[in-house]
Amino acid sequence: MSLNIIVLAKQVPDTRNVGKDAMKEDGTINRAALPAIFNPEDLNALEQALRIKDANPGSTVTLLTMGLPRAAEIIREAIFRGADSGIVLTDRVLGGADTLATSYSLAQAVKKIGKYDIILGGRQAIDGDTAQVGPQIAEKLGIPQVTYAEKILALKDGHVTVKRRLESGVETVKAPLPCVVTVNGSAAECRPRNAMRVQKYKLAVTPSEKEKLSDELKARVDARPYLQLNEWGAATVNADPEQIGLPGSPTKVKNIVNVVFTAKESMRLGDNDEEIENLVKELLANHTIG
Amino acid sequence: MSDKNNLIVYCEYEDGKVADVSLELLTKGRQLAKDLGVKLEAIVIGDKLKDIEKQILPYGADVVYKVEDKRLYPYTSNPHAAILINLFKEIKPQICLMGATCIGRDLGPRVSSCLHSGLTADCTALEIGGHKDPKTGKEYSDLLYQIRPAFGGNIVATIVNPECRPQMATVREGVMKKEVHDSNHKGEVINLQAKKYVKPEDFVVEIIDRHIEKSKINIKNSPIIVAGGYGVGSKENFALLTELANVLGAEVGASRAAVDAGFTEHERQIGQTGVTVRPKLYIACGISGQIQHIAGMQESAMIISINNDPNAPINTIADYVITGNIEDVVPKLIKYYKKNSK
Repeated sequence: MSLNIIVLAKQVPDTRNVGKDAMKEDGTINRAALPAIFNPEDLNALEQALRIKDANPGSTVTLLTMGLPRAAEIIREAIFRGADSGIVLTDRVLGGADTLATSYSLAQAVKKIGKYDIILGGRQAIDGDTAQVGPQIAEKLGIPQVTYAEKILALKDGHVTVKRRLESGVETVKAPLPCVVTVNGSAAECRPRNAMRVQKYKLAVTPSEKEKLSDELKARVDARPYLQLNEWGAATVNADPEQIGLPGSPTKVKNIVNVVFTAKESMRLGDNDEEIENLVKELLANHTIG
Repeated sequence: MSDKNNLIVYCEYEDGKVADVSLELLTKGRQLAKDLGVKLEAIVIGDKLKDIEKQILPYGADVVYKVEDKRLYPYTSNPHAAILINLFKEIKPQICLMGATCIGRDLGPRVSSCLHSGLTADCTALEIGGHKDPKTGKEYSDLLYQIRPAFGGNIVATIVNPECRPQMATVREGVMKKEVHDSNHKGEVINLQAKKYVKPEDFVVEIIDRHIEKSKINIKNSPIIVAGGYGVGSKENFALLTELANVLGAEVGASRAAVDAGFTEHERQIGQTGVTVRPKLYIACGISGQIQHIAGMQESAMIISINNDPNAPINTIADYVITGNIEDVVPKLIKYYKKNSK
């Protein structure tokens, strides 16, 4: 049984390395100013997709991402690890979208892809932590969702069986295909890059990236369809302008404040024995500890 | 624009008991409803709901909707979403609050997507206030301010949904305080027919097996917490914190960076996307103090910060600041506690 698998992934700012110019004045994220990585849980989702592919020869894994044109980087990364192809949904008019406008845009792209049996994605992205886009895409497509997946246990007879990891325990559920499955970080780690695939696909580019190549390299890409990544805009996916970007986002950022902590009168201590012993004695005396 | 529609809280329950997070949201909802001059409503969906309102009414609910059907427990996404969507089309709540739990975070997005209403995850504060759209100049009164730390650390964003209803927000357990409004509070109980709101074909996902286990880690109720950040440096150093915690009868907590670095389990994460704690003593080891972390521990009665950076942001809210390395200071704390506690 060959399956059409879509993996939803996001290129995210590495939230551990955030600088001062990270936010724009309108309160949205200045993505261009930040180091970008493959959202960690989307890699967990990719691994589950690749395992389905391994078990069902002839299946294809297509990565779908929305973001800046440079998000093509994560498509290449996914292809190096075993995905077949990818699409960057990128358009100025898609910018500033909240989760609802994002899920609408991505759902439109999924409809454009057309054939799909299962859609996998990470539980949430590290830049927003909302975990909303997966379920919202499922709703937009009118298909079921299984969130907090830790392992895909079986996929047969038009159904997927999934082990879910919840705060209160573990649940095994069976859902009909097609459906959306969002994968936890506790799932298996993604396999590393495959050296042969890196060699074969390192020149895989989107049309806008191709424009920057030398004529010789352009010709090479033109001669090899597997090096041609897709780049779609809002019009390609027939997106309603009212439902995308800032206008399509019901939530608005009212304001952003820099946090200034109301400083307490702190007692400053060194790390020498005497000061630490005195502190311990004080805490014992006022029954904070002991 | 001001509306007099009500505020509704989606209540979760397990083993016949309404979840703490739902009672916390009812407490906050009571206050917001009062500010707005509207009713506080609650909805419980599930099975064997006899008398469940007795747990809800004391928190000030004016209306409790109950939808009982054995297929509605345990929770699955589509049937619960269908009930909320269809009910909300009828009663048009202006605000809907849910726990930021595995259920609320599964259900909220599905409902908000269908109703095209905005949803903000993991709010740390909720208030009512006005808003003027900077582009159109249109003014709004009595909106829900959905306040949450955003992105990377040093900012707090206030989100509003000016045009779309309901205004939806999720909040983690422990963020709001749970407080009985009036143990004799009377409210209306409305039993809704499940089959009016949910179709047989909504029951698409089948639960094959379910193991509910209480987490062994209970940092939320621990009076003392020894928490480690990325600055702890290694799993080995983190073991020092566990040792100190064991000696003090404390629990070990962690910042997100420490969890991401693999120093300790996710269940120990304190902060906006983890657990919110209010212990009597919080010992922050190698934690720089991003706002997401501070949001989850700033109400600790006493804070000790141990950090080799004398200018770590967390030091500003600490009662005691020890400037030094974890591997020097923590063993000394253990040593002098043992020496002096007898």
